Amino acid sequence: MNFLQSLKMAVTSIYSNKGRSFLTMLGVIIGVAAVIAATGFALGSTSSITDSIESLGANKLSVNILDRNSNRDIDYEDFKAFTDENADLISMMAPTVNGTSTVKYQTTISEAVNVIGTSPDYAEINDMHVQDGRYILELDMEYRQKIAVIGTAVANEFFGRTDPIGETIKLDGTPFTIVGVLEQKDGGQDGGEDDVIIIPVTTAQRVYKSATIRTFTVLVSESENVAKTQALIEDFLFETYLSEDAYRVFNSAQILDTLEDITGTMALILGGIAVISLLVGGIGIMNIMLVSVTERTREIGIRKAIGARKSSILSQFMIEALVITGLGGLIGIVIGVGAIFLVISNFVPPVIDPMWMVLSFGFSLLIGLLFGIFPAYKAANLNPIEALRYE
Amino acid sequence: MTGLVDINNMKKTYVMGSNMVRALDGVDLNIKHGEYISIVGPSGSGKSTLMNMIGCLDAPDSGSYMLDGVDVSDMNDKELAEIRSEKIGFVFQGFNLLPRLTALENVELPLIYRGYSHKKRREMALEALDRVGLGDRVHHKPTELSGGQMQRVAVARALAGNPPVLLADEPTGNLDTNTGKEILAMLEKIHDQGNTIILITHDKELAGQAKRRIEIRDGRIIHDEEVRK
Ligand SMILES: Nc1ncnc2c1ncn2[C@@H]1O[C@H](COP(=O)(O)OP(=O)(O)O)[C@@H](O)[C@H]1O
Ligand SMILES: [Mg+2]
Repeated sequence: MNFLQSLKMAVTSIYSNKGRSFLTMLGVIIGVAAVIAATGFALGSTSSITDSIESLGANKLSVNILDRNSNRDIDYEDFKAFTDENADLISMMAPTVNGTSTVKYQTTISEAVNVIGTSPDYAEINDMHVQDGRYILELDMEYRQKIAVIGTAVANEFFGRTDPIGETIKLDGTPFTIVGVLEQKDGGQDGGEDDVIIIPVTTAQRVYKSATIRTFTVLVSESENVAKTQALIEDFLFETYLSEDAYRVFNSAQILDTLEDITGTMALILGGIAVISLLVGGIGIMNIMLVSVTERTREIGIRKAIGARKSSILSQFMIEALVITGLGGLIGIVIGVGAIFLVISNFVPPVIDPMWMVLSFGFSLLIGLLFGIFPAYKAANLNPIEALRYE
Repeated sequence: MTGLVDINNMKKTYVMGSNMVRALDGVDLNIKHGEYISIVGPSGSGKSTLMNMIGCLDAPDSGSYMLDGVDVSDMNDKELAEIRSEKIGFVFQGFNLLPRLTALENVELPLIYRGYSHKKRREMALEALDRVGLGDRVHHKPTELSGGQMQRVAVARALAGNPPVLLADEPTGNLDTNTGKEILAMLEKIHDQGNTIILITHDKELAGQAKRRIEIRDGRIIHDEEVRK
């Protein structure tokens, strides 16, 4: 008797016991659906974080100054001197000071406009280039020039069709000369990436009275030097602050690693839950199959009398168990995927990992194999005469 | 006619608690191809036990058994299953059809275990159902058939693979007298077409159809005679 025949027999017998077969499957269905939905949630939430971190770029180091009480600050010039010294490793560096200002041009006033104080390299690091005029120059930094580069949203709001270059706007009352307009980035709406004014960081420190620059972004020329450069920066910062708690240097790979660790742990926990729930489902399957073997004792006797071998009976019951768990696994996957798209997608982007599907389906089959073998073995070894006498 | 069944000094004892039941107590039996034999005896005399031995469903405690030229005394489970599949057709008192399968599927079942292709199986099963006069009921489930029809399906199932021996253990026991006679007439016809039939019954009258009658009591053969009509 071949596999196809056994499969047909198994399906027939499962189908003629629909209700019970479904109940038998339920444990597997719930287990698999839970795994798919939970991993979908985990992957969805990490993917959105990963995306934002990856947009930073792999060669970027982000330096945060945490120390607030120190009078030993690191200024743009200090950091610039350091990066110039290490020009073989570091290709670019930009500080950032973030602020908001009330902006005034003639009679137009706009409140809470996003102002970034930074350096010439900021354009390259953040891919924000000018479409008109020029960007901040090193000279502007040195002389704390009151010049500004504006985003398209600001340009539209204050100048409409007229050319803003050369005009003077007031940021919190201080006049700045516009020297450039940025290329449009995200549609030019209010509050978006284009609603921004960029000024030299040295000027910003003075205007906003924020003496300390809290953030530096460093671009490392070769990705294999990221770790080395990071260590170098940390040494440099330690010399100034004499405390490791005063600063943090991140690279995006590091953050991704941490995130991967978390995802891995999450997967492990989910996997554990899945294993337990599927084991419980498996015990249910074994239980019901044992009942089924007892109920079908006579059938088994008849089959043996008319020529079924042990192996035929064994494979018939094994395949029945595998079809039940396999079908349960498939239904569970469908329900899990449904849950990801219908429910979980409201919270995080829907992510479906085929690996988890294959894994949970495979595990369902393994459960069928594991818990089907004992009842099937019992069925195959029934004595045909006693089985035929069974009422 | 050549030897089909050759049993020598076969013994089988069942132990039920402290009771020992000698179901077969030294049976010698020779059956040739093409015979129609009845085995009669009171209930509990060992008829079914003998049939199970002939049908290779059970192994004796001692004695030898050659079936169709093959020594089956020392065969293992797997070999016995193959022998049953190839050489034996069983008809039981209680029909023993699988209730969820149609008549056709029931008849096909032994052919599946023999490994015939789907097409060949269909062909053989339909032919067997035709032989028992059920060509028009092939898609009925057992519950949709009368007792006589169910037993015909069972006979068709036993015949389908053309085994050399047809073993019928009280095939009329669950049927009314007339239907029982119909089944016996059918067996007679099948015998006339060349099949070897071993009919077990406790009813001496029913046994009258057979050409040779064997009487068994307390696990021993006490009569073995040709019946002249
Ligand atoms: N599997 C068994 N276990 C115990 N005793 C059995 C078994 N099969 C048959 N017997 C006993 O063996 C004797 C012969 O039984 P059986 O061959 O079924 O008789 P018959 O078919 O002639 O009525 C009876 O006493 C019966 O109780
Ligand atoms: Mg009996």
